[in-house]
Amino acid sequence: MSARLDIQSAGPGLCVQDLGRPGHLASGLSRGGAADRLALFEAAALLGLDRVQAGLEMAGMGGEFSVSRPMRFALTGAPMAASIDGAALRWQASHRLEPGQVLRIGGAKSGVFGYLTPAGGVATKPVLGSRSAHLAVGLGALLRGGDSLPLGADPAADAAAMHLPVADRFCGGNLRFMAGPQTALFGPEVLAAFQATEFVRSATGNRQGVRLEHAGAPFSAATEGIASDLIMPGDIQMTGDGVPYVLLSECQTTGGYARIGTVIAADLGRIAQAPPGARLRFSLLSLAEADAAFRPEAGLIASLRKSVQPLLRNPHDLADLLSYQLISGVVAGDEE
Amino acid sequence: MPVPMPENTTAPQLLPLGADALIVRFSLMPDPGANAAAQAFCRALEAADMPGLVEIVPSLASAMVRFDPGQVARAQVLAGLERLLRGTDWAQVTPPPATRRWTIPAAFGGEFGPQLGEAATLAGLSESRAIEELCSVGLRVLAIGFAPGQPYLGLLPAHWNIARQSALTPLVPEGALVVAVRQVVLFANASMTGWRQAGQCAFRLFRPDEAEPFPLRIGDELRFEAVAHGEFRAIQASDDGGAHVARCEALT
Repeated sequence: MSARLDIQSAGPGLCVQDLGRPGHLASGLSRGGAADRLALFEAAALLGLDRVQAGLEMAGMGGEFSVSRPMRFALTGAPMAASIDGAALRWQASHRLEPGQVLRIGGAKSGVFGYLTPAGGVATKPVLGSRSAHLAVGLGALLRGGDSLPLGADPAADAAAMHLPVADRFCGGNLRFMAGPQTALFGPEVLAAFQATEFVRSATGNRQGVRLEHAGAPFSAATEGIASDLIMPGDIQMTGDGVPYVLLSECQTTGGYARIGTVIAADLGRIAQAPPGARLRFSLLSLAEADAAFRPEAGLIASLRKSVQPLLRNPHDLADLLSYQLISGVVAGDEE
Repeated sequence: MPVPMPENTTAPQLLPLGADALIVRFSLMPDPGANAAAQAFCRALEAADMPGLVEIVPSLASAMVRFDPGQVARAQVLAGLERLLRGTDWAQVTPPPATRRWTIPAAFGGEFGPQLGEAATLAGLSESRAIEELCSVGLRVLAIGFAPGQPYLGLLPAHWNIARQSALTPLVPEGALVVAVRQVVLFANASMTGWRQAGQCAFRLFRPDEAEPFPLRIGDELRFEAVAHGEFRAIQASDDGGAHVARCEALT
């Protein structure tokens, strides 16, 4: 029997995500991929992988899962209540699920997008080079109870459980941004006011972007009718009603709304993971500061690996404690 | 107080787009010369084969250049782009010649183009004259965006500079042929729109499972061929619903 991950029940935003399909902007197809890309890199580091594997993105809550063969997996991104047959699981950690057990992943305790990444990755057939669902253009789909996904081979099936301490990016906070192609249209007073404003992440948001709200006057720039050009995740669009909308991974490729700037890549996870009601502020970096803060994804797994630690289990939690050999190498003392 | 709109400058501007991309802007407002310049610039940049560039994308009045900061610094990319820009008067560039001409059947008016009459009136034409003009102009793909494979085609003669609607049409079908601001758009999916629907095509613009997922490219020439409603319904009823019904000629 091949390795499969069975979805017993699915939360409302469950889909397969990897790092998306770059290289098609000229054809109107944006890269897409995980809303919080860092979470997939953290999963790869926890699982001892040398590259990111496709996993399940869980928006808001996870679901219930079982497997046909033992599966190592990582839980990263927004912390969610997770358990195997009722025994609680630590988040930002790797674990093992055995056939016959049920993995339950409930609602997010903070943040929006949790990630369940099998060590062998989800092994569905790639479309245009990626396994990511791109819901806005009809590639792939949300997963439902009864769905079953093929899994790839785990390169280190006997590896121990690991844990990765992760800074909290799941409750809003400060977003660093840099000037973009239309920043000059906003003027210094508007830029100052923008940075002095506390925003609240509205209830309106999805993989394409999130709308922010604030008390006070709308932000405006006289930008009616400008030619649309290429837009990116992180771009802060100022819509016609003067309300900012921050683009996320499934945004379109072009847009005609003026943008006050672009959230830097290192803070994209923070905006993607800001739940409704989270407070946010923006601070403008100089070009030099923004370039210095840029971390190419190429070295990211290696860098995260340095912080990965063994997951130490509390002996009280071990039901099978007596079966462990905790002491070895005992000698009688009278050997030659 | 918002900053007043700067006048359109003829000097192209280099602007950052995140830490790993740049926009080369030929015009802030839509402008046919800027579109030609953007396409010509992208072709020249591809040919220049600069190190560290990852993606080069023309759009309506600008081009996006993405680079790998691990391989090449922003300053180097800027220097290379400035060198390339310096050699040419971009305000005088004509559109590079099309390498392909598509001919795509379209049904106009009636159930397939409920706003043909409105659009024609705004353009100061009879419906039949409007259809003639839509089919006789060799339209060029000026940009692809909004949805995968979705073309912005132009330019129609000046009297087609009609505004978008103030109220949006809640849903036009996939293949809808819509007009505004001297351009024609073919919708890749059913969508809400402010453009007026003059006709409909059956040709599929995005085929993820085929070897050529995106048949149209920026710079292609495209001509519509008006077909009677009965013939169009027959195309829609065929095996693949007319997804591949089109002629494509290579042009030297």
